[in-house]
Amino acid sequence: MSGFDKVVTDYASALQGLEDGMTIIAGGFGLCGIPEGLISHIKTMAVKELTIVSNNCGVDGFGLGILLEDKQIRKMVSSYVGENALFERQLLNGELEVELTPQGTLAEKMRAGGAGIPAFYTATGYGTPVGEGKEVKVFNDRPYILEESITGDFAIVKAWKADRFGNCVYRHTAQNFNPMAATAGKITVVEAEEIVEPGEIAPSEIHTPGIYVNRVIKGTFEKRIERRVVAKENV
Amino acid sequence: MALTRDQIAMRVAQEFKDGDYVNLGIGIPTLAANYVPDDISVMLQSENGLLGMGRYPTEAELDPDMINAGKETVTAITGASIFDSAESFAMIRGGHVDFTVLGAFEVDVNGNIASWMIPGKLVKGMGGAMDLVAGAKNIIVTMTHTDKHGNSKLLDACTLPLTGVNCITRIITDLAVLEVSDGAFILRERAPGVSVEEIKQKTKGKLIVPETVAEMVV
Repeated sequence: MSGFDKVVTDYASALQGLEDGMTIIAGGFGLCGIPEGLISHIKTMAVKELTIVSNNCGVDGFGLGILLEDKQIRKMVSSYVGENALFERQLLNGELEVELTPQGTLAEKMRAGGAGIPAFYTATGYGTPVGEGKEVKVFNDRPYILEESITGDFAIVKAWKADRFGNCVYRHTAQNFNPMAATAGKITVVEAEEIVEPGEIAPSEIHTPGIYVNRVIKGTFEKRIERRVVAKENV
Repeated sequence: MALTRDQIAMRVAQEFKDGDYVNLGIGIPTLAANYVPDDISVMLQSENGLLGMGRYPTEAELDPDMINAGKETVTAITGASIFDSAESFAMIRGGHVDFTVLGAFEVDVNGNIASWMIPGKLVKGMGGAMDLVAGAKNIIVTMTHTDKHGNSKLLDACTLPLTGVNCITRIITDLAVLEVSDGAFILRERAPGVSVEEIKQKTKGKLIVPETVAEMVV
């Protein structure tokens, strides 16, 4: 049994082996479903020259945005960035590089990376700056571009519940990129709201099977809301 | 009179058919959800992983784990489903979403669209727009007919970096409804009180004006 017990109790163990220059794939969409404690610990570790693959880069002072404060990120691979002033400044200074990637292509790059598929053709981005320099192939009279998949030295994932074997479920739209990120890390670390015993999550309800997961840690989450909008009238 | 943002949204909503799965972009497209006719049902897809997006939450319903693609808090309707980003874009890229409505800076007579990047200005990214224009079965662009300097946004060839090529077939502006076909814009409807002459003057790309041009009902 212990061979499958992935639970670690401190963040240093959760992120052991993370070094300067590594690539980290991070789950989350905006501030929703982000591994808050793991991100904070990466800041504490002061590792630098990181490449971070994540749909967004947090905001000033929260989420991945805190890794900009000490210039730990060298490159972001994202579909939408710049919700933070610090990001904009480092980008304009040339201290930070950004590879803008269409959101569906980004998700597929992670999925394919985790599935052992090195590249795939997609119509997305053909004829746009995204397609420049990429191989084009025509299928059924339609041109497609070749996109390479992504894997990371680490993947950091936020789950709602994880069991000791690393089986995970996500809650509502906090799922987003987390399941694909989980498959694409050489070392995948899950930070969960709750850790349960194997069997407590029904097998057919598991989103991410534990085979993809190397370490599990229980986190506490602020869950900051990026755009709080409530119904104007009584509903 | 040029249409207001809400009137453009009203006209967009008239395009929906009962049972359509629809993805609405940020801005005017999102407003179209408010004007879906009572006698039809459409299901809204939000590309962060929600099919069956509902209204904004009450204070009591507010949940940081329930957001839309604009990162706003939302609710889900009865019968909604939630899934990961790869699944979400499989729906989009696989052509399963019936309708996409999105804004644009420019559209040209070949159905090319530019909507995400203005060189020299900070580029925040394309988000899901490139996937949506490459994948949806029907795409409607909503925008003002001219920019704030009065320059036409309907061109012979887009000048800004593209979001997608040969993908736009229908445009709804504050002045007109146009189809894109065979290398030209075809004027289908004009806004109430707006003359064909004014539309001609504000459309820089090749424009075909049929004998009869209906007035929009909004």
